[in-house]
Amino acid sequence: MPDLVKFIQGNQVVVEAALYAGLDFYAGYPITPSTEITEHMATRLPQIGGKFLQMEDEISSICAIIGASLTGHKVLTATSGPGYSLMQEGLGYAIMAEIPCVIVNVQRGGPSTGLPTGPSQGDVSQARHGTHGDHAIIVMTASNHQDIFEITVEAFNLAETYRTPVILLFDEVVGHMREKIILPEKGKLPLVERLRTSVKKGVDYHPYLPREDGRLPMSDFGSEHRYNVTGLAHDMWGFPTSNPGVVHGLMHHLVDKINNRVYTIEKHKEYYLEDARTILISYGASARSALHVVESRRRRGERLGLLELQTLWPFPFGMIREKCENARYVVVVEMNMGQILEPVKMSLPPDKVFLINRVDGVFITPTDIRNMLRIIHGKGV
Amino acid sequence: MERLRIVFSGSGGQGVITAAIILGEAAVLHNGLNAVQSQSYGPEARGGATRADIIISDSTIYFPKANQPNLLVCLTQESYVKYNPAIRPGGMLLTDSRYVTVQKKVDARQWELPMYETIMDKIKNPIVLNICMLGAVVALTEVVEPESVLKVLADRIPPAFLDINNQAFELGMDLMKA
Repeated sequence: MPDLVKFIQGNQVVVEAALYAGLDFYAGYPITPSTEITEHMATRLPQIGGKFLQMEDEISSICAIIGASLTGHKVLTATSGPGYSLMQEGLGYAIMAEIPCVIVNVQRGGPSTGLPTGPSQGDVSQARHGTHGDHAIIVMTASNHQDIFEITVEAFNLAETYRTPVILLFDEVVGHMREKIILPEKGKLPLVERLRTSVKKGVDYHPYLPREDGRLPMSDFGSEHRYNVTGLAHDMWGFPTSNPGVVHGLMHHLVDKINNRVYTIEKHKEYYLEDARTILISYGASARSALHVVESRRRRGERLGLLELQTLWPFPFGMIREKCENARYVVVVEMNMGQILEPVKMSLPPDKVFLINRVDGVFITPTDIRNMLRIIHGKGV
Repeated sequence: MERLRIVFSGSGGQGVITAAIILGEAAVLHNGLNAVQSQSYGPEARGGATRADIIISDSTIYFPKANQPNLLVCLTQESYVKYNPAIRPGGMLLTDSRYVTVQKKVDARQWELPMYETIMDKIKNPIVLNICMLGAVVALTEVVEPESVLKVLADRIPPAFLDINNQAFELGMDLMKA
């Protein structure tokens, strides 16, 4: 099938990308502004022989996808802030038991039921720290439909590669907006398939025994091998243990498999950074407003650049340091109280880092950014 | 081409969002242009003033909202009152003459067309008012080929309703040209 041009919502792009990546199981509970993902999954999955389940809530949704993934399927669930909060326990289970899955949070205003239809990027910190216990997590985002497609496919690839949940943090603006997308031909984007064990049926299989390259081959649960899966700290057979040496190894494995590979995992986009005196750092819908400002100010000769983050966690401290070394002003543009501002301040001398934000349920505009930049640059309003 | 920013506004159920989507599809799928469409989506979408924004351009569109539209279309008085101050100076205003009484001079070229009356007179079905309005917009802006819109209609509209939609589109074009 050749490339296909479509004019669709960001939420629908997520669905098409997930199917492209090989998704064949979805369980979810609809919530604004992510509802269209559930809707389109309900239409598309039966067409390809996949399974769609509408669950009674978000707790059961994440549990259903964890179970389905363990039996060998590529899975996803989608929600927004309130539902994402409910998923934290299941998320921790998937991290501990190392079960690949993708969770989409199309953010809306919070806390609590907040602003159901208003845009926000308030769940950035929760995505990093939400579930309890020490853990590392991969969180990705995108600002336009073409990138949403590629990042969603990449999320599935990372989930399989590292046997981990991957969070896709989108927002109301890109989720509901319609724009042009070219759906890539099959085979154009690389796909990582489930790594299955070569251990024969009836032979002892160790679900948590890494290969030399660190990857853990899986066995479709309920088919060839009997093994144990638990949220308790476990040994290489998957059985609970409190042996300090084993627990120490497990904790380091869970965190290191992601945090030690920041620069393999990490993705970002750069616009006019080479000579930029002021660098905007942004992501998701906010990056669209930021890029609008950068493009228009460049035409006037202002040395303004944009660093658009696509991987939010693990945070690329070193990359930020390197790219922003020569900038006089580094300005984080986001729709929260400074959740990415914090790690950026940890990467750079804090006195050159500024925040331009909006938290009132209104999409941050280029005018907002231009006005604040004038103040930061000492030019008044 | 100059970037065209349009706001379609009216009351929930009049089909202003559908009209914006159809125009976007015509621009992207059949005219090789870029388009970004978004809508205000909240309590007011259920009956009150509702709006759909669409930006059409031959270059990349970053900011997706038409905060200062070149063309504002109003199908109700409420939406006219709410959105007319946002219109870009020197822009265009298109209203339905039955639903909207233009109250004051705005710094815009204004068209008051009897779209609703024409539809009720010729087709006797108000559901195609949005497509009649789209015909007027296409005739006014010439942003896409009329044939592109007809192709999108043929793809989206159930066969039983296609004729009255095509007819409404032509009526809208004629009203604007007259």
